[in-house]
Amino acid sequence: MINPYLPYPVRIDQIITETEDRNLKTFKFVFLNPEDEPRFAYHPGQFAELSIAGKGEIPIGIASSPTEQGFIKFTVNKVGLVSSFLHNMNEGEIMGVRGPLGNWYPLEEMEGKNIVIVAGGFAFTTLRSTIIYLLEPKNRSRFNDITVVYGARSPGMLLYKDELAAWEARDDIKMHITVDGTDDPDWKYNVGFVPAITEKKAPGAKDAYALVCGPPIMIKFTQPVLEKLGFPAERIIMSLENRMKCGIGMCGRCSVGQEFVCKDGPVFTLAKLNSLPKEY
Amino acid sequence: MIARTIAKSVFSEWLSLLRKSFRLIGPVRQGDQINFAPLAEGEGPDLSFQNTRLSPKEWVQPASERLFQFSLDPANTEAHILKEVPWDETPRLLLGVRPCDARALNLVRINFETPEYTDPWWKHGRDTMTLIGLGCNQPCSTCFCTSVGSGPFDPVGLDILLTDLGSAFLAQAATEKGAALLQGVPQGTEPSASDQSQAETLKKEAEQALPPQVAVDRLKDQPLLPLFNAPFWDEVQFACINCGTCTYLCPTCWCFDIQDEVSGTEGLRMRNWDSCMYPLFTLHGSGHNPRDQKLQRVRQRFMHKLKYYVDKYGNGVACVGCGRCVQFCPVNIDIRRVCNLMNAFQAN
Amino acid sequence: MLTYTNKIQELAKRLLTEGKVDLVIGYRQGTIPMMNEPVQVKSADQTDQLYWDSFCGVNLANYLPRRTERIAIVAKGCDSRNIVVHLQEGQVKREQLVILGAPCQGMLDRRKVWGRLDGLEPLKALEDGQQLIVEGKGFKQSFDRSEFLQDNCAICTHRNPALYDELLGDLVPEQGGVDRYTDVRAIEKLDPEARWQYFEELLAPCIRCYACRNACPLCYCPTCFVDESRPQWVGKGLDQSDIRTFHFLRAFHCAGRCTDCGACERACPVGIKVRQFTKKLEKDVWDRYQFEAGIVLEGRPPLDAFRPDDQEEFIK
Repeated sequence: MINPYLPYPVRIDQIITETEDRNLKTFKFVFLNPEDEPRFAYHPGQFAELSIAGKGEIPIGIASSPTEQGFIKFTVNKVGLVSSFLHNMNEGEIMGVRGPLGNWYPLEEMEGKNIVIVAGGFAFTTLRSTIIYLLEPKNRSRFNDITVVYGARSPGMLLYKDELAAWEARDDIKMHITVDGTDDPDWKYNVGFVPAITEKKAPGAKDAYALVCGPPIMIKFTQPVLEKLGFPAERIIMSLENRMKCGIGMCGRCSVGQEFVCKDGPVFTLAKLNSLPKEY
Repeated sequence: MIARTIAKSVFSEWLSLLRKSFRLIGPVRQGDQINFAPLAEGEGPDLSFQNTRLSPKEWVQPASERLFQFSLDPANTEAHILKEVPWDETPRLLLGVRPCDARALNLVRINFETPEYTDPWWKHGRDTMTLIGLGCNQPCSTCFCTSVGSGPFDPVGLDILLTDLGSAFLAQAATEKGAALLQGVPQGTEPSASDQSQAETLKKEAEQALPPQVAVDRLKDQPLLPLFNAPFWDEVQFACINCGTCTYLCPTCWCFDIQDEVSGTEGLRMRNWDSCMYPLFTLHGSGHNPRDQKLQRVRQRFMHKLKYYVDKYGNGVACVGCGRCVQFCPVNIDIRRVCNLMNAFQAN
Repeated sequence: MLTYTNKIQELAKRLLTEGKVDLVIGYRQGTIPMMNEPVQVKSADQTDQLYWDSFCGVNLANYLPRRTERIAIVAKGCDSRNIVVHLQEGQVKREQLVILGAPCQGMLDRRKVWGRLDGLEPLKALEDGQQLIVEGKGFKQSFDRSEFLQDNCAICTHRNPALYDELLGDLVPEQGGVDRYTDVRAIEKLDPEARWQYFEELLAPCIRCYACRNACPLCYCPTCFVDESRPQWVGKGLDQSDIRTFHFLRAFHCAGRCTDCGACERACPVGIKVRQFTKKLEKDVWDRYQFEAGIVLEGRPPLDAFRPDDQEEFIK
């Protein structure tokens, strides 16, 4: 019987500091046992529990796309006991990854439609997974226009800067990168909060889905913008966070109404969220 | 299903026979309480109780349980890799459990054995456990099992149900496992007609002593958000001191916390009982806490047991009416009263 | 028995009608025998649920820290001393409070009643003067209430409220000739091994539910030391050394502040005599500093005050 609490052993293959305040690092993991990789088959939007023996576990969204073979990537914010310890680890060290957990972005449902991705700060991680997946040649033709509005506080706080530049140069995806503010005279992209840029640049809601991921304050001001653009609550897809331990819907702490964020989520439509108590 | 009458004079002989195949766990007097504990050689269960203080859930899901062990020794090639703690395969027998507590295990199983995942430790704890229950001739005034779909002689969840006839027990098998145990037991005799009718009478009298006092019929149809925002929660929550007693004594509370502990170069990952009554339960690493107000936590407990569980699994409420929280809440918050408030609530 | 019910209702009604307070914290009659439930009353037409009898052992001062409303609160001797400690520690302001002082003749412990009934279930327990009349299926017995006094009430020397705005009844005579520390001295006399054994047995049933901590009016820290993770001071499992650390350290945090209200023992679901820790520290504070918590409003508890002329050797 599979033990859902047992992590797959992994080795830290690469650590990249993403942001200028050094609080966000991307970890690239390689499975110690190659046969664990196919067992970890995942979809964009899912998360995994990163497990450090002696410290604990943290639930982190998967930043790599299932189309990327041989490794998995997570971007982790340094915020507490386990994440701080992880930030001080080195390439080559051993730890564990348990997953994939949770549900995923309903990309099949979005086939033949336009996709509008609205993201802020370091919530962008699972959207990297989504974008790479969508842009993969064998996937791209199944979807219509892809628009991305992604913002951070300042240029130095943007994630995946090289990849953002590469996507910017493509013509099968429309990028609207923005920062809240900057004093960089060479800044090529937008300046303004994500909700404001969304209102200016996002295409209409006809035959479109909105994928929204960001800090509560961004979501609070983006929601009315999307409503104004005509997105119905069933076509606004969101991803929640909550305090988790087991990640498999058993320990009880991540519950919102009758839903477990770790198992029935973390992806919910806004329509679903509106029917639940606001305890997240 | 087969039944046997076992005279009390040979009851301990039967126990000795059972000891050959099981580790016996039964009610034992501990100070002014009775709790389930391993029965020492020659020790019989103390059956002079209405119910134990702590529910027997700790024998399926221990209050503190080792899950994995690991080494942090740099010289160890397997360091930092979690290994399951060895399993104890000893079959155990829980003797004298009340029907409410046995049924509770069935309600809890729905959480730990799901189509997607199985919790191996809970499943193992439950599967290695055989349950011989004791029907309640004298239910407590705080019991309300009959209001929530159970009863003082409810065999659901038990392998064998014992009825105390005075000088003997009537043992009725409720599962194949129970039938196999009763088959060919030398201390058991075929029950007489008067044994059977006496047991029936005891059952009826006990059920009559428990008229319905809690209404649950409208809970499923209550619209969720109006019930969540009902004005009565402010009154219900005031006295609560978030002490956690209700969750620790409750046979259907299962929430747990996972912790790592290290000593030198050895470590283990364990889980401990946890409670939605504590603010730490939902505290995010960022400092944000969706339930940092007492009202939210108190409401969560009752909504979970009496509404979310009902909606999620369609299996009735997550309460078996054992009455422990009613008796031991230090500030007398009464789930019977709250359930009636919830059931009767009319959204405008 | 002290019949304060009418006085509490009358005062509550008046204070709410006159708009002098936003809410009244008192007790209402419980749903099971020998228990009462703390209640908040916000309007004058709800005041007839307020109630008083000898089973009002819950310390209502527990509900005060960090509240901002104007509150009328029923307070026995020990409760009022906890209110004084809250005022000294800045958890609530004097102007917010109208203290309804209840001179107390001791609260009764329902566990002692259960013990006396030896398995019979009490369905009703009513007081009549100094008698407690307990009824159940097929029995009705009358007892002297002094048999069932809570342990802390039996040795109480501050039955009258230390601070009050209104009195619910006449002041009662304080008990004289009470030795508060017979049990502490008995433990002090034990040799180290016997003492270790004593505490090991005392704490064996602990399930780390924290009912004792949550019932205590002094335990109001936003994050208790047992819940800290950076650094983690105490393990959360049932390792005996973690259990002892929790109880001993909590007792030290209460030293010089504890009024022996008994809320901890009353709340413990497994019946641990939690006061065995706090009594020792109360005795030490009395021996060293001649200080009793919550008697006078001025000043601060000895362990959070330092004066340049402090006599003690250990501070030099």
